[in-house]
Amino acid sequence: MTSPNSSTPSALRPLHFKPLNGVRIVVWTTYALILLALPLVAQSSFALTLLCMTGIAAVACLSYNMLLGQAGMLSFGHAVYTGLGTFVAIQTMNKILGGWPLPMWLVPLVGGFAGLGFGALLGYVTTRKAGTPFSMITLGVGELVFASALMFPEFFGGEAGINSNRTGGTGWLHDLGLTFGPQIQVYYLIAIYLFICTAAMYAFTMTPLGRIANAVRDNAERAEFVGYDTRWVRYLIVMVSSFFAGVAGGLTALNVEAATADLLHGVRSGGYLLFTFLGGVGFFFGPIIGAVLLVFSLVVLSEITKAWQLYVGVIFLIMVVYAPGGFSALLMLNLRRIKYGEWRKMRWPYAGMMFFGLIALWGIAAIVEMAYQIQVAAGSGSEVTIAGIALDSSSHTSWAVAIAVMVAGGAAFEYWRRKFAKVWSDGEERIAEAAKKAEAAIV
Amino acid sequence: MSVLNGVSYGLLLFMLSAGLTLIFSMMGVLNFAHASFYMLGAYFAFQVSEWTNYWVAFLVAPMLVALMGGLFERFILRKTHKFGHVAELLVTFGLSFVILELVQLIWGRTAVDYKVPAALDGSLFKLFNSSFPEYRAFMMLVAVGMLVGLFLMLKKTRIGLVIQAALTHPETTEALGHNVPRVFAMVFAGGCALAGLAGVIGGNAFITEPGMAQAVGAIIFVVVVVGGMGSLGGALIASVLIGLMQTFAVGLDWSFIGGLKSLGVEVTPETFGYPVWKLKLSQVGPILPYLLLVVMLVVRPKGIMGTRDD
Repeated sequence: MTSPNSSTPSALRPLHFKPLNGVRIVVWTTYALILLALPLVAQSSFALTLLCMTGIAAVACLSYNMLLGQAGMLSFGHAVYTGLGTFVAIQTMNKILGGWPLPMWLVPLVGGFAGLGFGALLGYVTTRKAGTPFSMITLGVGELVFASALMFPEFFGGEAGINSNRTGGTGWLHDLGLTFGPQIQVYYLIAIYLFICTAAMYAFTMTPLGRIANAVRDNAERAEFVGYDTRWVRYLIVMVSSFFAGVAGGLTALNVEAATADLLHGVRSGGYLLFTFLGGVGFFFGPIIGAVLLVFSLVVLSEITKAWQLYVGVIFLIMVVYAPGGFSALLMLNLRRIKYGEWRKMRWPYAGMMFFGLIALWGIAAIVEMAYQIQVAAGSGSEVTIAGIALDSSSHTSWAVAIAVMVAGGAAFEYWRRKFAKVWSDGEERIAEAAKKAEAAIV
Repeated sequence: MSVLNGVSYGLLLFMLSAGLTLIFSMMGVLNFAHASFYMLGAYFAFQVSEWTNYWVAFLVAPMLVALMGGLFERFILRKTHKFGHVAELLVTFGLSFVILELVQLIWGRTAVDYKVPAALDGSLFKLFNSSFPEYRAFMMLVAVGMLVGLFLMLKKTRIGLVIQAALTHPETTEALGHNVPRVFAMVFAGGCALAGLAGVIGGNAFITEPGMAQAVGAIIFVVVVVGGMGSLGGALIASVLIGLMQTFAVGLDWSFIGGLKSLGVEVTPETFGYPVWKLKLSQVGPILPYLLLVVMLVVRPKGIMGTRDD
């Protein structure tokens, strides 16, 4: 031991609060640079649209994770706040077109305050309960808002929805030529809002309220016993989360310039839940991965296959059972392996699982797509092409091939998975030992 | 007449929420896919009655649903138990997605032609010129029969005794030699069977289509919260209440304007909040259960017969 006072554990050294340390500066600068540079990589207008949607989804999923990840509240009604934010923002945009002296770029903030207001109103009811009843109540309140929206066509525009135009308004930005007509200007506005919201939400996790939310998530009874009103904590978290959800809604209003009642629908709330979870609730950046997956599934995957929801649902089920930390946790676990020099041992099991997993997936996809071809799209022939291989949903051979590939691929996958599980748990033991040694060395 | 229709709809809701309540109070698991099992019951019944006849389907379909529920509990749900209630809720949420897609994959996206059997397709009696269908009476009969059966099984039989014991003292029950995880799997399967049975008799009374799970899903959650989490009696009262409320609302076109007029207040399109005042009760019908939920939570958060207040 080289340390002069080896008897004092390092944990007892005085800690200094340095919010702007080296690592953080690097991470956040990289984040900002990526946001700046993305449109240069993605030149086509379709790619730009995808980027805009992803940015908005990232704000929404991050705000959702404030409930699920930070406070352990599983909400089935988050789309209520994003959707109402959009509606209020669209109405504000129309008022601006009518002569209100408000610059267009503030509209997302208006959406945010709308979200906050509705969060204060509806959250008062939903947060009366915690845990499972909270989930059920958010579902009911979500249905209530959705059904009510169709009852007030004056505000929500009924089935057809309402439209607006983002190029109007005044202000010095508008005079400089930033009218938000071109999509690229909207992208940068979204990017700025996304960056600020991400920073604000990250900072929020460090506040006393953010920490108490963790305590309420982990053990509400103890938090109550220490003297915190858990219901009040839940209520505050719902309000803050709805504010950011409203900002996402306001950005949607600027991006698509229209709003229909299905923005409020439970399906959308379910989507936020599903993809935030897939991205991972345990790490702050998880929901951003979730947002990328959300837009990818909603826009790209749904173009490729009609059965995309089935695939997403099955992946979700597998993740809940086998990897409840989501993709971000998988990423971090593998990074930890690399750090301890364990990753090399897992290359072959990974490669084997990947290879045979893809083969099995091909078989499953072939079966699902052929079934869909028969059931849903029967009018358009019986040919199905999966990864370049043509199949015929009316021929027995195709079905036999698909099932054989699925079974064989699945069996080989299972063989490699067992190998992988062995290597993985061995590595886990070695890492635990190494970590213990490292700790002992510090002390 | 509306009363009878309301009660029969309410009893159907009760069949659904009874299974949900049973599973919840036993295992602490909110089965988000409960309405999906209801849908599966209807589709299975349709398929089996195509192959054979309605009465076979009436017996076989709930059993098939129970089998699927049991398998799901054994091989998927049980694995998430160690991750806590949020993971359990999530896994049933994922299941509801997958069931919906599979149903569309197998039976298509449009409604299937699942009809009331000819033997019950008549009018039972006439009252004030409107007839009461025999099938509605059959529905009520099945629901009441199930209610009595469930009560007797839970209170009077050995199985019910073991279930109640496993609910309150799982370790002691295990020590006495009962396989508690298997009891849980059976309860889950039983709850699913009730949902499946509701699907068998509800699917042809209403409509069998992929959207049917979502249509009742939120309502049965309302029933369970309003009735009080985990209370069967509360669920019964809440179901019948909501069933009556929805059936009555459809037939009435009262609005605030009419009410205020009789009080001597004139409401015109210029009055503040006119869109709210002019709404007719029949228009508000779909949201009444949710309004009841909100009012209940503000006035009495634990529900009609609930005991827990968290």
